Amino acid sequence: MAEERRPKQCTVVLPTESMKAMAESIGVGQLQEESCAALSEEVSYRIKEIAQDALKFMHHGKRRKLTTSDIDHALKLKNVEPLYGFQSQEFIPFRFASGGGRELHFYEEKEVDLSDIINTPLPRVPLDVSLKAPKEQQKAESTEPLKVVKPGQEEEGSIQKGQGAISAEAKGKKEGLMRMKPRSTHELSVEQQLYYKEITEACVGSCEAKRAEALQSIATDPGLYQMLPRFSTFISEGVRVNVVQNNLALLIYLMRMVKALMDNPTLYLEKYLHELIPAVVTCIVSKQLCLRPDVDNHWALRDFAARLMAQSCKTFSTTTNNIQSRITKTFTKSWLDEKTQWTTRYGCIAGLSELGPDVIKTLILPRLTVEGARIKAVSEGPVVSNIDKIGADHVQSLLLKHCASVIAKTRPLPDNMEQYRADYGYLGPTLCSHVVKARAQAALQAQQVNRTTLTITQPRPTLTVSQSGIGGSGGSRSPSIIKVPSSLTLMSTRPGTPTQPSPPATKYIVMATSAGASSTQQVITLSSSSGSSVTSTVASATSTLQPLVKLESRGAGGLGGSRPLQKYIVVSLPTSASSSLESKSGMLPPSSSSTSPISLEAGMKMDRSDSPGASTQSPH
Amino acid sequence: MAAVQDGQLNLEVEKDIKTEITNDGSGNINANSSSPGSTSSGGKSKSPAGSGEDQQTLLAVLQFLKRNKLTESVDILRREAGLSADADDSPVSESAGAGSGGVPSVGADGGDANSLLSRVSIATPVAPPATAPPKVVAASGGEDQPDVNVVLSAYSQQGDPVLYPLYYNGLKKFIESVLDCHRAELSQVFYPLFVHMYLELVYNNHENEAKQFFEKFSGDQECYYEEDLRILSSMSKKEHMKGNETMLDFRTSKFVLRISRDSYQLLKRHLQERQNNQIWNIIQEHLYIDIFDGMPRSKSQIDAMSGSLAGEGKRDANKAKVFYGLLKEPEIEVPLDDEDEEAENEEGKPKKKKPKKDSMGSKSKKQDPNAPQQTRIPLPELKDSDKLDKIMNMKEATKKIRLGPDNLPSICFYSFLNAYQGLTAVDFTDDSSLIAGGFADSTVRVWSVTPKKLRRVKSAADLSNIDKESDDVLERIMDEKTASESKILYGHSGPVYGISFSPDRNYLLSSSEDGTVRLWSLQTFTCLVGYKGHNYPVWDTQFSPYGYYFISGGHDRVARLWATDHYQPLRMFAGHLADITCTLFHPNSNYVATGSADRTIRLWDVLTGNCVRILTGHKGPIHSLAFSPNGKFMASGATDGRVLLWDVGHGLMVGELKGHTDTIYALKFSRDGEILASGSMDNTVKLWDTLKAFDDVELDDFTAATGHIHLPENSQELLLGTYMTKSTPVIHLHFTRRNLLLAAGAYNP
Repeated sequence: MAEERRPKQCTVVLPTESMKAMAESIGVGQLQEESCAALSEEVSYRIKEIAQDALKFMHHGKRRKLTTSDIDHALKLKNVEPLYGFQSQEFIPFRFASGGGRELHFYEEKEVDLSDIINTPLPRVPLDVSLKAPKEQQKAESTEPLKVVKPGQEEEGSIQKGQGAISAEAKGKKEGLMRMKPRSTHELSVEQQLYYKEITEACVGSCEAKRAEALQSIATDPGLYQMLPRFSTFISEGVRVNVVQNNLALLIYLMRMVKALMDNPTLYLEKYLHELIPAVVTCIVSKQLCLRPDVDNHWALRDFAARLMAQSCKTFSTTTNNIQSRITKTFTKSWLDEKTQWTTRYGCIAGLSELGPDVIKTLILPRLTVEGARIKAVSEGPVVSNIDKIGADHVQSLLLKHCASVIAKTRPLPDNMEQYRADYGYLGPTLCSHVVKARAQAALQAQQVNRTTLTITQPRPTLTVSQSGIGGSGGSRSPSIIKVPSSLTLMSTRPGTPTQPSPPATKYIVMATSAGASSTQQVITLSSSSGSSVTSTVASATSTLQPLVKLESRGAGGLGGSRPLQKYIVVSLPTSASSSLESKSGMLPPSSSSTSPISLEAGMKMDRSDSPGASTQSPH
Repeated sequence: MAAVQDGQLNLEVEKDIKTEITNDGSGNINANSSSPGSTSSGGKSKSPAGSGEDQQTLLAVLQFLKRNKLTESVDILRREAGLSADADDSPVSESAGAGSGGVPSVGADGGDANSLLSRVSIATPVAPPATAPPKVVAASGGEDQPDVNVVLSAYSQQGDPVLYPLYYNGLKKFIESVLDCHRAELSQVFYPLFVHMYLELVYNNHENEAKQFFEKFSGDQECYYEEDLRILSSMSKKEHMKGNETMLDFRTSKFVLRISRDSYQLLKRHLQERQNNQIWNIIQEHLYIDIFDGMPRSKSQIDAMSGSLAGEGKRDANKAKVFYGLLKEPEIEVPLDDEDEEAENEEGKPKKKKPKKDSMGSKSKKQDPNAPQQTRIPLPELKDSDKLDKIMNMKEATKKIRLGPDNLPSICFYSFLNAYQGLTAVDFTDDSSLIAGGFADSTVRVWSVTPKKLRRVKSAADLSNIDKESDDVLERIMDEKTASESKILYGHSGPVYGISFSPDRNYLLSSSEDGTVRLWSLQTFTCLVGYKGHNYPVWDTQFSPYGYYFISGGHDRVARLWATDHYQPLRMFAGHLADITCTLFHPNSNYVATGSADRTIRLWDVLTGNCVRILTGHKGPIHSLAFSPNGKFMASGATDGRVLLWDVGHGLMVGELKGHTDTIYALKFSRDGEILASGSMDNTVKLWDTLKAFDDVELDDFTAATGHIHLPENSQELLLGTYMTKSTPVIHLHFTRRNLLLAAGAYNP
C-alpha cells in the first residue's frame, strides 16, 4: 500500500481525481476541489494507518506477505467493519466510457451462466496440515542422544531435505551427507504393501497354487523394483532363521523366490547380491538343512541352489566384484578341508560343477582320485554312520553325473575300464560306464539344444529324473529345474476333481501315497518360460499302495478334462524303482507316451513312510 | 515510573499540547514548592487535563499553595486561571490563550518562574556532589535564575514556524562543532527534538512548514528510527493526531536521554548563549535528561542502548533488586539411584555421573543468595504426577549430553506441511512428547510426536462403569476409540498468536486475535475457560514454569497475570508504550518479562506488580525472549535481526549477536545454558556460544553502576553454526531434556 521505502513521502496522497471518481461511483456528482483535496489527504492518512496496523498482524502471523485478512483485522482493530470480499483480479474495478458529451464510470460485470458454475467439478479439497520430522532423528532421539559432530564448515553444512525439513544432524558436511543419504526411505504405497504381503505369504504359505501364482508374478511383474529391497531382506532373513530351525520346506520356497526374482527381466539384482548370495550359498553348503538328514531330500535343495548360484555368477560376475572367482574359492576351500562333512562336501561339489565344464575339468577331475578314496573308505570300510554313508553315496553319484559328461567330451576314446581306474581311482570303473552311457546319449540327442533336467534324488537308491524338454510341449525351453524333496507341500484333494486353476507354469506333481489311509500329493511348479501351462489336479488313487507314475499330455481326457494343458503326474510308491516304472507304463495314457518329455533314467522311489512330509509340514 | 504509568492510563484524556503545558506549569509550581519527591505529584496533577476537570484541579492546587503560604504563586495562578477560563470555552483555544496569557503573569515573578524549570532541575544534579547518582530531587533554583526569560520567550516565539528549521540548524551546527567526545552524546538530542518540533508544527496547523521541516531533516535521523519517522510522515494534519498511538506515545512519555554532565553543561551553555528558547523549551518539556558523572559515552555505546520508542531506560528504573536465582527444588526421594546407575552403565560412561550428582545435590541444599524466598509467591503444590515427571526429568537429565563449542547439538526440524502460510504459533511440551500449533484459521492443533497416541477421557456415563479400584484405572478412563496422532481444538474466532503448554502437560493455553485467552484440557480436548480481559488481539501467552499462573500480553499494551482458576487477572502490568509482542516467565516464576513493539523489554515483579527493569537497545519490535536456565541472563530477539543478551541482575546489556537478516521468532538456551539457539524468518537456525559471551563481559563496579557497557565486537566469534532450511521460517525452538534441539516451522513452498 502506501508503505514505501523512505519516509519522504509525507506528501504522497491519492490524487484528487480518484476522489472524484469514487464519489461518482457512489452517486455523488459535483464534488468541490477543496473537498476532494481534504478527502484525499484524509483517506491517504487512514489508509497508511491501516496498512501499518495490518503489518503488525503480518509480523505476528509470521509471514512475509501481507494478506487481505491482515487488513480486515486492522480494520477490526479500529472498530471499522471489515471488508467483505476483496476483488483482486483487476487493478481498477470500474471502467470508463465517454460518449455524447457524457463521461461514465461503470463496473464491468460479466454475465455468468449459473449452470456453468453448478456443473464445474468441485475443486480438490486442500490437503490438511501435517507434521513432518525426519524419521531417523525421531528414532535417535528416543534411544540415545545423537552423536554430535564437529563444527567446521558449518555455513555450508546445512542440508536440505525434501519437503523443506532441515536435517540438522549434519554439522560437518562429510559426516552429515554420508549419514543422510542411505537413510532416505522409499515408502510403499498401500497397494504395494498389500501386494508385498500377499506375495510373501503366498510364497511361504501352504497353498501350492497360490505359490505358483506368486512366483509367476515375481518373475514377470515389471513394477517390483521398489519392493526389491524388501524381498531381498525377506529372503535373507528367512534363510537365516530357517537354516537354524532346519526348516527345509521354507528354504526351498525361499530359493524359489530367488529364482523368480532372477527370472524377472525388469529387476536388476546386483545391488542386493550382498543379501542374496549368502542366503543361496547357505542353502548349498550348510551342514544341515533339515531335521532328518538321513531321510529328507535336502540334496535337491543343494542342487537347486547351486544352479541359482551358477546363474547369478553368470549374470552378475564382473571384473570388479569377481563373484565367480570368490565363490569358486569359497567352495574349493571347504571342499579341500579334510573335516568337511559329506553334506557340505556335496554342496561344494554341486556348486562347483554347476559353474561349468571348465571348472569341473580344472578343479574336480584332478581330485577325483582323492575323493574316490574317501568314498571308498566310507562305503567299504567299517560301518560308521548311516548319514555318512548316504552322504558318500550322494557325492559319488554327483561326481559321476557331472564328471561323466565332461569326460565324455574331453577324453578320447576308447573307454577302458582299467585305464579309468588308473586315472580316477576307486570311481574309475563306474565312471567309465557312465561315460559310455553319456557318449551314447550325446550321440542320440545331439540335435537337442536345450535341456531341462529334473533331478530327484532320494536317500537310498539313486533317483534321478532327468527330463529333456523337447518340442512336444513347444519350442525352446529354457532349462528349468525342479527339486523334489519328498516333503514339499502336501495337499489332499478330493479324488477325481480337477480343481486348480491354471497358472501359466508347468507343474509337476509328484504324488506320494503313504502307507496309511490319507493320500498326499506333492506339487512342484516348474517355472519355465515355455508357453505351455499345466494344471495339476491330481486325484490320487487314495490309499492304494499302487505305485503310480502318470504322465498326461495335453488334451488328455483323463483327469484334467479337456483342457489344452499338459500334465505330468508322478506318483511314487514305496516300492522299488522298477515297480514304479512298471506302473508308469501301465497308467500312462497311450497318447501321452509318445510325447512324454520325461525320460526316467533311474528308478523312482519314495519312502514308504511319508513321514518327512508330515514333519516338514508342521511349520505351515 | 509513576508518571509514565499515569500518562499511559490517561491517554484518552490528554489530547492537547497546550492544556498540558499549563498544567505542567501549575503542577511544577506545586511540586517545586512542596518537597522533594515531587515528580509523582507533578505527574498526577498533569493527568486530569480535560477542560471540565481544570477547575477542580486548580482549586486543589490553590488550596495546597495556600497551606504552604505561597501567596504569590496563588495570585499568579488565580490570575492565570481566571483569565483563561473567562476567555475561552473550548479547551483548544483555551490552551492557546493560556499560553500567551501565561507569559506576563509568570514573568512577573522570578521566584515562581523558577518552578517552570523544575523539569530540568529534576534532571540536573544540583544535589550535594557527594551523592553522585542524581537522585530525583527538586532544584534549589539558584543557578537556573537567568533561564526565566528564556522560558517565557519560548511561548511568545511559538507562533513563528519559519524559525523552526533555523533553530534546528543552529543546534545542528553547534553539535557538529563541539569536541568529538561530546558530539555523539549530544547527537542524541536530535531525534526527540526533531519529533517534537515537527509535532508542534503540525499541531499548530503549520502544515506546509511541517512538511518542509520533515523533508529537510528527516534524513539526518538515525536509521533505526525509520519506522517511527514513517508514521510521523503520514501525520500531517492536526486531526490525524487524534487517536494516533505513536503521537500519544511521544506526548505522554518523556524521551529519556543519558548524557554526561560535561556534555549537558555544554549544551545548556550554548542554548542559553544563543537564547535558543524554542529548543530549550522542548528539552524541558519533553525530554528527560539523565545526567551522569564521568566520561561521555562513545557513539557505539550510545547506539547500543538507544533505539526504543521513548529513549533509553532511566537508570533508576533498573536499580531495584531482582532475585534472579532459582527456587530450591523440592527434595524428592526416589529409587532413582539404582535405576540411574543401570542406565548409566548401559551407556558405558559411569564416571560422568558422580560429579554431576554431587553438584546437583549441593545446589539443592544451599540456598542461592540471589534467589527469592521460596514462598515469595505462592506456588501450587506438587502432585504425585508432577513428582513422577520430575523424576523422569532427572533421569533424562543424567543422559543429557554436555554441549559446547566442540559439541554442538543435533537439530531435528519439525516441518508443518500444507499450512498455507497459516501457522502462527508453536509450542513443545517440556518432555518433547507433544507439539501444538496455532493457526490463522482459528484452530489449535496438537500432535503427539511419540508413538503414544492422543486419547480422550471417556464420557461421564462410561466413566461411571469403571472399576475405580483397579490398578490401571488411569488407562481405563481413556477412550481407545478416540486415539489419534493429532487433535484439533476449535473455539477461537481469530488467528491464534500465542500458545503454551502447562508444565504438567494437562493444559494448553492459546491466545488469539479475538481478544481471549483460552485454556484447553489435554485430557478431554475441550476448552475449559476463556479468559476475557484484553479487548484487542492477544499476541502472546505463557505458562509459569510451575504451572497455575500465566501471563498474557497484547495490543492493549497491558500484560496481565492470571491464575488458571480465576477468571479475572491477578496483576496488570502497564507501562509499555506499544503492543506487547511477547511474554515470558522467569524460571523462578517470580518475574515476568515482556517484549514490546516500543522496542523495550520490561521485567515485572509478579509479587508487587512493579516494573523492575527497562531494557533498551533493540531497534525493532521484540518478538522473542529467553531466560538462561540459571535465571541470570536473558536473550531477546527482534525484527532488526539482532539478538541481545542481558544481565538480569544488573539490568545491563552484555552482548549483541548479529547475523540474522530477518525477524527472530525463536530463542532458546540449551538445558545447561551453554548454547543459545536462535531461529529466524530468514530460514536459518543459528547457534551461539553464550558461555563465552557471558565470560567475556567484565563487570567492574563502575560499569555496573553507570551501565555503560563496552560491548565486545565479537559476535562472529560467538557464532557456532548456521543451519539453513530450504524454505521454512523457524518459529519455535526447543531443547529436549537430553539437549537435542527441536525446531519447528511451516514449509513455505
